[in-house]
Amino acid sequence: MSIEDKDTAPPMEAHGILTQFGTNVIHENLDFRVEKGEIVGLVGGSGTGKSVLLNTMLGLKEPEGGIIRYFGRDRTELTKEEREAINNEMGVLFQGGALFSSLSVRENIMVPLREHTDLPVPLMRELADMKIHMVGLPAQSATLYPSDLSGGMKKRAGLARSLSLDPKLLFLDEPTAGLDPVGANAFDELILGLREAMDLTILMITHDLDSLYTICDRVAVLVDKRIAIADTLPKVQEYDHPWVKEYFGGPRSRAALKAGKT
Amino acid sequence: MSSNSNSSPAKYVLTQEDRSITFRPNGDWTLDQVAAIDPVLTAELQALDYDMVYYDFTDLGELDTAGAYMFARAVRIGPGQRHFWVVTEGTKGQQTLMQAAADAVKGKPPVVDRQWYDSLTRLGKATERFFTEVFETLAFIGKFFAVFFKLMLRPRQIRWNSVVSLIEEIGLNAAPIVVTLCFFIGAVIAYMGASLLASFGASVFMVDLVGVSVLRELAPIITAILIAGRSDSAFTAQIGAMKMRQEVDAMTVIGLDTFETLVVPRAIACLVSLPILTFLGMMSGVFAGMLIAWTGEIDISPVLFFQRLNEVVGVKAFWVGMVKTPFFAVIIAVIGCRQGLAVTGSVESLGSRTTQSVVQSIFAVIAVNAIFAILFYQMGI
Repeated sequence: MSIEDKDTAPPMEAHGILTQFGTNVIHENLDFRVEKGEIVGLVGGSGTGKSVLLNTMLGLKEPEGGIIRYFGRDRTELTKEEREAINNEMGVLFQGGALFSSLSVRENIMVPLREHTDLPVPLMRELADMKIHMVGLPAQSATLYPSDLSGGMKKRAGLARSLSLDPKLLFLDEPTAGLDPVGANAFDELILGLREAMDLTILMITHDLDSLYTICDRVAVLVDKRIAIADTLPKVQEYDHPWVKEYFGGPRSRAALKAGKT
Repeated sequence: MSSNSNSSPAKYVLTQEDRSITFRPNGDWTLDQVAAIDPVLTAELQALDYDMVYYDFTDLGELDTAGAYMFARAVRIGPGQRHFWVVTEGTKGQQTLMQAAADAVKGKPPVVDRQWYDSLTRLGKATERFFTEVFETLAFIGKFFAVFFKLMLRPRQIRWNSVVSLIEEIGLNAAPIVVTLCFFIGAVIAYMGASLLASFGASVFMVDLVGVSVLRELAPIITAILIAGRSDSAFTAQIGAMKMRQEVDAMTVIGLDTFETLVVPRAIACLVSLPILTFLGMMSGVFAGMLIAWTGEIDISPVLFFQRLNEVVGVKAFWVGMVKTPFFAVIIAVIGCRQGLAVTGSVESLGSRTTQSVVQSIFAVIAVNAIFAILFYQMGI
C-alpha cells in the first residue's frame, strides 16, 4: 500500500453488504462509506443491526455477501500481514470500555504497544501516560484498575487504549451513552480535539442527539435493512421516511437543535 | 504505525543560540521510529542548557503522538528549570499534537514504588488476611445458623424449587463420579490388605480393613472432598458472578434476603445430598472390596465376606461415617457461599475467591474429620 493511495481512498467502504442470521435478514444491499477526516454518526432504531454493522466493519464478523474495503483495498484480498497492518490503523471504543479488568489503566493502554511494537518498556509507559493525559484523565488514574473507575472514566480509558497505536480510523460505539450531560459534552469536545490533533476519521454509533448536532459532519441512517441516507444533518432531516421524521421531529430533537444553534 | 516500508527515518538538527535552541526534525516521526531516536535525542538534550525551544517543522514528514512526545523531551518545566517553547513553522494539527505532548510532560505520572520492605509488608498483610478470613468465616457460619433455624420454624419460606434443582446439580449429577471413585478406592484397599496380610497368613482380616476404612473414613471424606471441589467452585462462581453484575445488590434492594435466597437453599441441598452420596460411596467401596476378595487369590466368598463384615465391623462403623456428613455439608455450602459473596468487581477477585473457596473447604473438611477422629477415639467408639 503506498502513501498516495491512503491519502485519497476512503478509509472504510462497504458495498452491497448482506447480513443474515438464518432466514432473518438484517442488512441487504447496504452501501456505506466514510471519507477521510470526517466524523460520521450512525443512527437507527433498536434492533436494526447497528452493532452488527459495526462488527462487520471491524472484521469481527464476515458478511454473507458484499465487499468491505479499507483504504481502497478489498478486505478479502489482503494478506495476513497487510490485514494486521490495517488493523493497527483502526481503533475501537466498545460500549462499556471493554478494559481488561486484571490490568491497570496504564497496562491496558500498553497492551497494543507490547503486542505490535518493540519499544523499551519505560518508553511504552511514558507514551501510555501521554495518552492518559490526552483523553483528560488525571495522572493518578494510571495505576488504578478498571473496577475503581467511574463509567465516564472507563470510557476515557477505553478511548486512550484505542488510540495507543495512533489509528487513522476510529470506531466509537455509543461513546456518550450513560454519561451525564456535562460529561457527554466534554467527551464530544475531546473527540473533536483528538480528531484535529491526530488526523482521525471517526465513525460513531450514537443516540445522543446533542452529539449528532455538535460534532458529526454527516449522519447515516440505518432503516429498512440499508443505509437510507448519509448526508449532512439538514438534508437528513428533510429525508422523507416515517422513522427519520419521527426521530428528528421529536421534542428531544428539537431541543437539541435549538441548543446546537445557539 | 503507518506504511512501514515507505517511511523515511527520523532525523533532526539541533542548533543553539544564546539560551535558546532550535529543533528542526525531518523524516517521519512515528511510533516505529521513536525507539531508535529516543536515547540519542535524550542524551543530546541532557547535555544542553537553555531556556527556550523553537520548533521548526518545515521538513517534517509524518507525525504521530509518539513523535510529538519525543519533541516534547526538549521541554522541561519544573523547579529550577523553566523552558518555553514555540512552534515557528508547522500545520495546525502538528501544533495541537505538540501542545498535547508538552502538556503531558508537565504532569508527574504516579509510579508504583517497590521498597525493600515490600515482601515484609506482604507477609504482614497475608497474616492479617488469614485471621480476618477465619473470623469472617466463623461470623458467617453464625449468621447462617441464625437464619437457618429461623427458617426451620417457617419452612414455607424456604425456596424449595431452588433446593430441588440444587439437589439435582449437587447430588444426582455427582453420583456417578462418587460411586466410581469409591469403587476404585475400595478395590485398592482390598488389594493392599490382601497382599500385606497374606504374609501373616491372616488374609481374612482384609474384610475388617476394607469395612472399617471405607465406612468410617474413606467414603465420607472422599465424597466430601469431591463435592467441595465440584460444587464449591460452582457456588462461588455463581454467586460471585451475580455479585459482579449487581444482581445481589438488586436482591437486597428489592427486599430479598441473600442468606434466605442464596445460602440456605444451597446448604439444605448439600445437607440432603451429601449423606446420600456418602451412602452410595460406602456401598460401592465395600462392593469393590467384596469383588476383590472373591475373585482375587485369597478366595473369600461373598457370603463369608458379609458374615465377617457383620461380626467384626458391624453397623457402628457405618454410623460413625454417616454422622460426619452433615457437618461436612454445612462447611462446604457455607464456605462456597461466603467466598462468592466476598467477590468484588474484578474478574481477578472472582478467580482468587474461587480458588480460596475450594482450598478452604477441602482444608476444613480434613480438619473437621481429624477432630472427629480424636473425639471418637477419646469416647472409645
